Amino acid sequence: MSTIVSLPDQSTAKLPKHTYLNNEYGLKSWLLTGDHKRIAILYLISITFFFFIGGAMAGLIRLELLTPQSDLVAADTYNKLFTMHGIIMIFLFLVPSVPATIGNFLIPIMVGAKDLAFPKINLLSWYLYIVGGCLILWALIAGGVDTGWTFTTPLSTHYLNTHVITAGMAIFVAGFSSIFTGLNFIVTIHRMRAPGMTWFRLPLFVWSHYAASILMVLGTPVLAITLVLVILERTIGIGVFDPTKGGDPLLFQHLFWFYSHPAVYIMILPGMGVISEVISTFSRKRVFGYTAVAFSSVAIAVFGFFVWAHHMFIMGVSNYSALVFSLLTMLVAVPSAIKIFNWAATLYKGSITFETPMLYAFGFMGLFTIGGLTGVFLGSLGMDIHLTETYFVVAHFHFVMVGGMLMAFLAGVHFWWPKITGRMYPEGLSKLAAGTTFIGFILTFFPQFIVGYLGMPRRYAAYPPEFQVLNVLSTAGASVLGIGYLLPILYLTWSLKYGKIAGNNPWQATGLEWQIQSPPLTENFVETPVIDYEAYDYEWLANKTKHEVQTVG
Amino acid sequence: MDSQAIVTLPEHEQPAHEHPDYVRHHFANADQQRETANFGMWLFLLTEIMFFSGMFAAYLIYRNWYYPAFVAGSHYMIIWAGTMNTAVLICSSFTMAMGVYSAEMRNRKALLRWLTLTLLLGLVFLGIKAYEWHAEWVEHHVPGLNFSIEDFTHVNPKYPADRPLSVGMADKTQIYFSLYFAMTGMHALHMCIGCGILIVLLFQAWGGTYTNGHMNTIENFGLYWHFVDIVWIFLYPLLYLISRHQ
Amino acid sequence: MHYFISPVLWQFLVKWLTHFALFPPEASSIAPYADALYFFLIFISVIGMAAVAALVIGFSVVYRQERNPVATQIEGSTLLEATWTIIPLALFMICFVWGALLYFRIYDPPTNALDMYVVGKQWMWKIEHPGGQHEIDALHVPIGRPVQLTMISQDVFHSFSIPAFRVKREVIPGRYTTVWFTATKPGRYHLFCTQYCGTLHSQMIGWVYAMTPDDYQAWLASSTSGSSLAQNGERLFASLGCNACHTGEASARGPNLAKVYGSRVQLANGSYTTANDAFLRNSILNPAVNVIAGYAPIMPTYQGQISEDGLIDLVEYIKHLHTNERVQQTLNTTQVQGSVSASGAGSTAQPQTAHGASRMVNQ
Repeated sequence: MSTIVSLPDQSTAKLPKHTYLNNEYGLKSWLLTGDHKRIAILYLISITFFFFIGGAMAGLIRLELLTPQSDLVAADTYNKLFTMHGIIMIFLFLVPSVPATIGNFLIPIMVGAKDLAFPKINLLSWYLYIVGGCLILWALIAGGVDTGWTFTTPLSTHYLNTHVITAGMAIFVAGFSSIFTGLNFIVTIHRMRAPGMTWFRLPLFVWSHYAASILMVLGTPVLAITLVLVILERTIGIGVFDPTKGGDPLLFQHLFWFYSHPAVYIMILPGMGVISEVISTFSRKRVFGYTAVAFSSVAIAVFGFFVWAHHMFIMGVSNYSALVFSLLTMLVAVPSAIKIFNWAATLYKGSITFETPMLYAFGFMGLFTIGGLTGVFLGSLGMDIHLTETYFVVAHFHFVMVGGMLMAFLAGVHFWWPKITGRMYPEGLSKLAAGTTFIGFILTFFPQFIVGYLGMPRRYAAYPPEFQVLNVLSTAGASVLGIGYLLPILYLTWSLKYGKIAGNNPWQATGLEWQIQSPPLTENFVETPVIDYEAYDYEWLANKTKHEVQTVG
Repeated sequence: MDSQAIVTLPEHEQPAHEHPDYVRHHFANADQQRETANFGMWLFLLTEIMFFSGMFAAYLIYRNWYYPAFVAGSHYMIIWAGTMNTAVLICSSFTMAMGVYSAEMRNRKALLRWLTLTLLLGLVFLGIKAYEWHAEWVEHHVPGLNFSIEDFTHVNPKYPADRPLSVGMADKTQIYFSLYFAMTGMHALHMCIGCGILIVLLFQAWGGTYTNGHMNTIENFGLYWHFVDIVWIFLYPLLYLISRHQ
Repeated sequence: MHYFISPVLWQFLVKWLTHFALFPPEASSIAPYADALYFFLIFISVIGMAAVAALVIGFSVVYRQERNPVATQIEGSTLLEATWTIIPLALFMICFVWGALLYFRIYDPPTNALDMYVVGKQWMWKIEHPGGQHEIDALHVPIGRPVQLTMISQDVFHSFSIPAFRVKREVIPGRYTTVWFTATKPGRYHLFCTQYCGTLHSQMIGWVYAMTPDDYQAWLASSTSGSSLAQNGERLFASLGCNACHTGEASARGPNLAKVYGSRVQLANGSYTTANDAFLRNSILNPAVNVIAGYAPIMPTYQGQISEDGLIDLVEYIKHLHTNERVQQTLNTTQVQGSVSASGAGSTAQPQTAHGASRMVNQ
């Protein structure tokens, strides 16, 4: 396969003398840094750590589900496994995945700034994340939580004696990490753009993060207060959610889902931003319909706030409110569809190559489309009655979160790996990993649609024997998927020392980040850039490279 | 287009590299830093509004369902304490605004004076709140811990015209008090954080940090303080003034 | 021909193919409608997926770098944007309308439905038939007749799901939820709890037995416990002292309950509401909230004194109460020790063993 990778002459190439990595040495220089790039690396290491813990739990869950009986682990343990899997994967992996790593690294560079608006708050964000993570680990070691990641009352307030409060506090703290990151991004994008960088010259990656940050900033506090109320109910016994004291458990559902639905858009929007960048680069073309894609991101954010009760269609909300929320759910599906079509149209008359990030992006497009369409199944009221609370829902959200978001994250990591580390990853192995992930994913989660329609409920440690075949298929897929996720850890680590030197712009991509050295200087730019060209201006780039002399070292 | 991504502006157009030492290096100039910090604080206050909104939503719903219980609960609030607290907070917002003005005028002594007054008023507020909470504990109005509906099923001596509640409705006063403690508790927590920050600011102001032209921090903290005041101004009528027209 | 593949694999294949199913049996009147919507959704998903796949794969092949070394920069096209906004929107709107119609069908019961009551608790389902038959983790229903389930939880959220009937409803503490269906095929179908409810959530399962009307009658006759729910309710009505105020006379302290079920009643605050199951249950547990116009708010609350089963008994009783004759008879024979007074807010009726009432029940 041909490629657009253009690396400097490896026989003489050396990494740049001064980078953000060798600027200062020592543990303190990392733990007390204000440099957004170093904080991004800190996050990358932390979320990878938590990903593998959450992944190990997923492995145990799937192992248990090989047989219809609850024979590998006790029912209580199984309940703890899926609870912790959900909490860790959502709050400690997916929510910070792209924003806190790639977003942190790139947003200042993409807008032409030297750092985020509030570097110290950025560092605080990471520490809050670590505290939240430690609290979850503490809950895990001390015996686990088994409320389900949804903390449904009155189960979580009155009927369980596991470490609900610790887990609640952990998420509370991690939530503030998220709020501060979002706050930083919004202020940076508004106030720190370089001269000439108008809103519509920003890369679409920035637009997605802006939209996601709005959700982070406005939605997460509601989760915070909801958790506080649950903790108060558990500790001192106030009765806001307790029907025996006049409270209403359905109020908890409304408050919880008011955040948790926007949360899924917090998770996916940054991934969509990555896909815009990757598809554009590997087709050598401007994204088709830039304005439409930019506004779609904001539309998803806005509409995302008004659909929360579609998680509650069968819980006794009135028929009429169910109608309203179903209608709005259909509306929020449209901007996502618009984006998929715009990305597909970007390929038209492009000049396409198939490096690993592009393969992940294709995987995203396929899997996210399936996941998103099955969301329409669930948003359709009458269909939801049969499908909700079954494995159909589990399959749906894994398709969008794992098939979608996680693939986008991997696409982003591979795409910007040369920029972050100065080195290329090994292309052959990475393609193998991408393919393995794709196949493993489909094998794991597609059977779950079927077993869900058959009626298998979620969160079941034991199930009727007729569902076994599909569960075995799913577990088989999970082992393949696991390999697909382990491979990058191995070869990316290897590449840190042995990967080819990347140079400024191995992908011949547009964007401010590719005009500076790899890895970048601590202050990103030698002089403040002045922008007088549009985003994704490949003609300008072609012109520039004709005149440019590439020096590395 | 021949222009390059990274241009060097001609010498005379480059922003001056000298800047006051309080301007952080990632900002182009002091103005940008000030505007950015300001924007950040307003955005943060927006998140705080969302934080309180969950409790306001719960309050709305339950007051709608159990209005008589809310009236009864509210009539047991210590009205002089609440009113005094409102006055105290409004005064403290005034003193805070004066502090911001002093910082603008680079008047160190005045700034210290006004900040100290604000802190004192804040502590007075917390003191009165502590008194109230203690009184509520003594009267067995703390939900979950020692709540008793005795008071509500009998005539309220301060409101003899009020009809005592039936047991079913009296039970619901626990919801009212749950929301009362949750909302005033959250508010008090924000007051405590504010007072803590005020102490730090006082120390730094004494060293002259805020009277040399860089008064962002004072200004933004002023915003925070005013916000906490405004939250109380919503809480006061909602909690203390239900159906009080004697 | 298992000479060419291992016997184990053959066994697996045989088992798989005979049991292979893509959707559960269609055993209720609504199931075909749900499946029809499902197939439509699959159909448009396949079309959508195929469109995207075709575009992506097609463009990747036609415009790969070897074939098209120079990309053509294209800004966009408002027409295309409009097209792929409007067409998906239109399709989603069809899904919305169809789904909404199906939803209303599933959750709006017909008026002639057979009532049954479900109480969910950790970790079992208790089902009560009006005739007094009690079941645990099993539900016997006749085919061809609409059945309405009125459900409530004793503790946490549960969810009552019968995949073969394509119905499911959350079972919540503190309020009734209902779902209805008409079984169409005799057989045994899964019953699941689908809302995570604690340790033995996956054991909170059972079977629904759809039977021909004759079989159903036979089953009813053989499993009755002696007194129907309404009879139990009548007993409770007297023993809890309800009959002292709800005598049915014009001058009574409490409203007349005969034929009140299903009627529109006016509350003290002037609004109107329908006296359904939820209203009745709420009036027993939270009388202060549902005071009827023209009556003083003196009814004591029975919160904590009646179980959900007892409430169901009372609701069934009031549902079928058409005259107050027997109420007045029990009054004359029951001793009520002045515990319900007109001025006493906060006092509770004392449970009485109604000597007279128990005589009534054994018919």
